Amino acid sequence: MNDPQPPPLVRIDGVTKRFGEVTAVDDVSLDIQKGELFAILGASGCGKTTLLRMLAGFEQPTSGRILIDGADMTDVPPYERPVNLMFQSYALFPHMTVEQNVAYGLKKEGVPAPQIRERVAEMLAMVKLGPLAGRKPEKLSGGEKQRVALARSLVKRPKLLLLDEPLAALDKKLREHTQFELANIQYQLGTTFVVVTHDQDEAMTLASRIAVMHEGKIAQVGTPGEVYEYPANRYVAGFVGNINLIEGRVTGRANGRLTLHCDALDADLEAACEEVPAAGETVTVAVRPEKITISREAPAGADRNVVKGVVRDLGYFGDQSLYRVRARSGAVVQVSAQNLRRSAKLIVEWDDEVFLSWEVGSTILLRT
Amino acid sequence: MSDAAEGHDDRSLRWLRRAVKFPYFWLLLFFLAPFLIILKISLADPVVAQPPFTPLLEWGAEGFEGLRITFSNYVFLFKDGYYGIIYLSSLKMAAIGTLLCLLLGYPMAYFIARQPPSRRHLLLLAVILPFWISFLLRVYAWIGLLNNRGVINELLLWTGVIDAPIQMLYNDFAVYLGIVYSYLPFMILPLYANLERHDLDLLDAAADLGARRWRAFVDVTLPLSAPGIIGGCLLVFIPAVGEFTIPALLGGADTLMIGRVLWDEFFVNRDWPVASAVSVVLLLLLIAPIMWFQRLQAREQETGR
Repeated sequence: MNDPQPPPLVRIDGVTKRFGEVTAVDDVSLDIQKGELFAILGASGCGKTTLLRMLAGFEQPTSGRILIDGADMTDVPPYERPVNLMFQSYALFPHMTVEQNVAYGLKKEGVPAPQIRERVAEMLAMVKLGPLAGRKPEKLSGGEKQRVALARSLVKRPKLLLLDEPLAALDKKLREHTQFELANIQYQLGTTFVVVTHDQDEAMTLASRIAVMHEGKIAQVGTPGEVYEYPANRYVAGFVGNINLIEGRVTGRANGRLTLHCDALDADLEAACEEVPAAGETVTVAVRPEKITISREAPAGADRNVVKGVVRDLGYFGDQSLYRVRARSGAVVQVSAQNLRRSAKLIVEWDDEVFLSWEVGSTILLRT
Repeated sequence: MSDAAEGHDDRSLRWLRRAVKFPYFWLLLFFLAPFLIILKISLADPVVAQPPFTPLLEWGAEGFEGLRITFSNYVFLFKDGYYGIIYLSSLKMAAIGTLLCLLLGYPMAYFIARQPPSRRHLLLLAVILPFWISFLLRVYAWIGLLNNRGVINELLLWTGVIDAPIQMLYNDFAVYLGIVYSYLPFMILPLYANLERHDLDLLDAAADLGARRWRAFVDVTLPLSAPGIIGGCLLVFIPAVGEFTIPALLGGADTLMIGRVLWDEFFVNRDWPVASAVSVVLLLLLIAPIMWFQRLQAREQETGR
């Protein structure tokens, strides 16, 4: 009762999975709280699908344990777990109608028929598929199939719902719409969702917390904001969003601020820093493109975090413009700027000499 | 589009239409025409002549005099209980043989379909390998195996498992064995073609929703393999009903199959009209399951809406 942090719904405790020589998941530990919409984000082959399949029970960990709601699930087969999975391929039974597909899990559970009918109807109403209850999956659109799959995996009221790339098979417009709908349903039901995805936008918009996986390990766990603005390492910084990685040599440290010189950009940079790297050490800093201001005049009163360069590439997207600016040494910095003022003419054009500047707080110091 | 191009289009289209018609032509020539000839003979009376049946068209001094048709052969078939018993016995033996093929072939097809692709091809090759040897020779080989002095009995006698040879040849057992042995590939191949295309995610989905492995098989794999099962059963059942070689070589005197009766009517009794009537009735019996299958498929497509 005095425990401020309730026990996690899912505890992944030192789980390793090897397939022969290949280590797919390497000593992963994760706690997922009840009611969270948790995303596991990573490139293909990072081990996220294996981790998901171990949560569902299709794979056994080589070592380590998986606890769900306090119960050790490591050796429990999939058909006895309080977990359901929405497959990337949806895996709808083609010989059953929408209604039969959704009812299947309840039938296997031995729920009485009148209750099944009621719960299936309720579920189909929630995903707005009531009128299509009698159809076979082959007669459904991609979005409709996705909703049937969702209804089927939720109807058993699992403690944990796993979603394998839930939006990957949908086209862009539908994906944006479904994204919000999915988050909405999760909020309504309060079910814990774990979404596995390679798509950072999907993870960022859906999830309350994200675990970034890389080569079988967790690279970082945090809220979308933490992962984006405070990446823990070079991999996360590069994988989530666009970023400029800059190498610099430490020149000094004062007032919790680190100064360094970057030869490639011929600029003095400044970053907030608590630890003390030795003077002369080479470190990597990173700046997001949208944190950089681009202007034709030198920013007044600033001599750090200012880079001079020439616009080499320009992409106009309407709402924003993307610039690739080359410094004298040849190093390229990406900058994005919102087109806040209505104007058919761009403020900065090709081959313009420009100054790039950013605030001290925007410099991300990456130690690993 | 220019005229020349249109003309070219037209010409290739005409050829395409002709090509599409070719299967019909084939069926007409090699299926419908022989059937009509048999049908014609079945409506004639037997005579001691060459050919041994009366002609369909009567020609008199003033030319064409009329058609000469008799249903006496069919009446004979239905009145004489002997033929009915043989039809039933053939259907029964073919049905049991088909069932045995299914029970044996399904697990084999399933096993092959779940192997890694490279091994699948090797196993499929093994399934169709017997076709390299003449069917007749392979059936003969079974005589050498099943004989009272055959390989199996000799081996059992020599090892002391039995004191006297077991009668394995010239009975229904040998016929079932022959049918299963000869027709098993026709069961396995369509089943394999079906099972190999199954999406294995469906079994994971069934397990995820609470079905044990066997339950998932019954609920998902089995219904989805129904077209393969029906296709394989038809491919075995239809030729097995009219099978002649297997009952003739391996069956006993009391093995009643319509293929042998046909042979006897044609070549022993030289009663071509009755023999033709026997085969027309057989054809009608066999068309029934095919029609049923067709209707089933049509209905399936309709309800898939």
